Amino acid sequence: MNILVGISRVPDTATKVMVGDDGRTIASQGVKYILNPYDEYAIEEGLQLKQKHGGSVTVVTVADEAGKDILRTALAMGVDKAVLVRSKEESDSFGVAADIVAVAKDIAPDLIIFGRQSIDFDSFQMAPMVAELLDWPSVSIVSTLSVDGTTLQLERDVEGGKETITTTLPCVISAQKGLNDPRYPKLPDIIKAKSKPIEERESTSEATRVSVIAMENPPAKNQGKVLGDSDTDIAELVRLLHEEAKVI
Amino acid sequence: MKVLGLLETQDQKFKKTAYEVLMAGRRINELTGGSLSGVVINGDAGAIAEAGAYGLTDCFNVQSDLLQNNSSMGVARAVAQLAEDRGFDALLLPATAAGKELAPRIAIRLQAGLIADTINFSLDGEHLVASKPVYAGKAHIRAKIETPRHVYTIRPNIFTARKADSPATPAVTDFSPQLSENDTRAGVTDVTRATGALDVAEAEIIVSGGRGMKGPENFYLVEELAGAFGGAVGASRAVVDAGWRPHAEQVGQTGKTVSPNLYVACGISGAVQHLAGMSSSKVIVAINKDASAPIFQVADYGIVGDVFEVLPKLTERVAATTGA
Repeated sequence: MNILVGISRVPDTATKVMVGDDGRTIASQGVKYILNPYDEYAIEEGLQLKQKHGGSVTVVTVADEAGKDILRTALAMGVDKAVLVRSKEESDSFGVAADIVAVAKDIAPDLIIFGRQSIDFDSFQMAPMVAELLDWPSVSIVSTLSVDGTTLQLERDVEGGKETITTTLPCVISAQKGLNDPRYPKLPDIIKAKSKPIEERESTSEATRVSVIAMENPPAKNQGKVLGDSDTDIAELVRLLHEEAKVI
Repeated sequence: MKVLGLLETQDQKFKKTAYEVLMAGRRINELTGGSLSGVVINGDAGAIAEAGAYGLTDCFNVQSDLLQNNSSMGVARAVAQLAEDRGFDALLLPATAAGKELAPRIAIRLQAGLIADTINFSLDGEHLVASKPVYAGKAHIRAKIETPRHVYTIRPNIFTARKADSPATPAVTDFSPQLSENDTRAGVTDVTRATGALDVAEAEIIVSGGRGMKGPENFYLVEELAGAFGGAVGASRAVVDAGWRPHAEQVGQTGKTVSPNLYVACGISGAVQHLAGMSSSKVIVAINKDASAPIFQVADYGIVGDVFEVLPKLTERVAATTGA
């Protein structure tokens, strides 16, 4: 089974987000960038499927030069091949999807895996976009997966429960936390990954469809009312929730 | 703009998100003029009639046996055909598991731009602008779609559903999409729902527990308080990673981002990742014995005290008020 895994580079979850000088993007100075946490599950699933069914695992990211960091992380985890599609400055999700589809058409994978969301724009849209462009089925937020020939049986998390979905390869999925237990790359593999080749391509994507006008930090909250833990305080809290906040 | 909202159903009834999508559609109409229609897949006539109370005046009922399997591919193609056929300018879907799977496909079919997880609409000149949280709510962006057709997903619990001043009787038009079996691959074969448990993504009140609960055996205190409020149980990443609580309950940057009317954090210190997931809640209560815990910075009401002493008393008082 040949597998393509799409990954992205995002600010570490502990980052305090500050708006940059352009007023439209994050100030990147001092920000630590990491492999998108959900992509670890996507890469691990690719590696485990290869172990069971043979084939190869390729990772792709659409980014600038800095995207090589996360490609090397994936190489250290054990993927066979890494592709950097050099992005245009003002690309949006549609551009990224088109670039990934171009790579997919070259390597003809049986399965494409993403993380369920990239934790920067949190849009959950890459898997269905790529699938629709390829005329393939897609299943997002997958928590279990089993393969029998070309039939896939998957469970995905929905509000208040799970859906079981049956589909066929080729297909696109996005990985939920809990799908597997991602491996930590070992030091010798991290060192070896530094000298592995990375294939580079240019973005061929169309004009953007969505443009950001402004980025803002949400308004700061006023200092709340802090009470103690006496019976009177607890009664006062319930009264405030009922009469002032009117939430109960 | 001529707006079409996807009305999500469960067991033939409209979900709360359906009415929220109608509210968001009305907001766009206020800004840009135009009209609002709903679309439901293999919808029930009774449910559609009931939605008149929430201002639904015009509804398309997509009729297709091939869509009985709820294939996202098939539903997206049917809705895109309807939008093209009737010339809709803007499509609204709920930012739920189903809506998030459909909206990108519809956008590709219609060569339209998509903004996910919209929390507000405004105007830039005459151009519609959508606001959405990014970096799990640590920042917001205002963005506009440059293509003639627009697709938006609407974040749950933001556009509060309200009944219209005078209920309408919706005009219903059946629509038969052109679909083949090839269009409905990836069908849902089974759905299991957690019995009785309310999901944090949909709940109006959430009571969450963190490491301060000291162990899974103490979560009954959180469950009882949630029960008294009629709310859902949530959890911090630390307790989910420790295996005390299921991942479905995790609130935060790598769990669910929630905006309930009331969020009660019990024994949660408030790591930046957790705050990102819940700070857009309308009212926040923090209960923590450490008065310097970051959770108090976002709390509207705080109790500095031991959760093991406070929670049973609070549960009793809340139950007396709510009658639960």
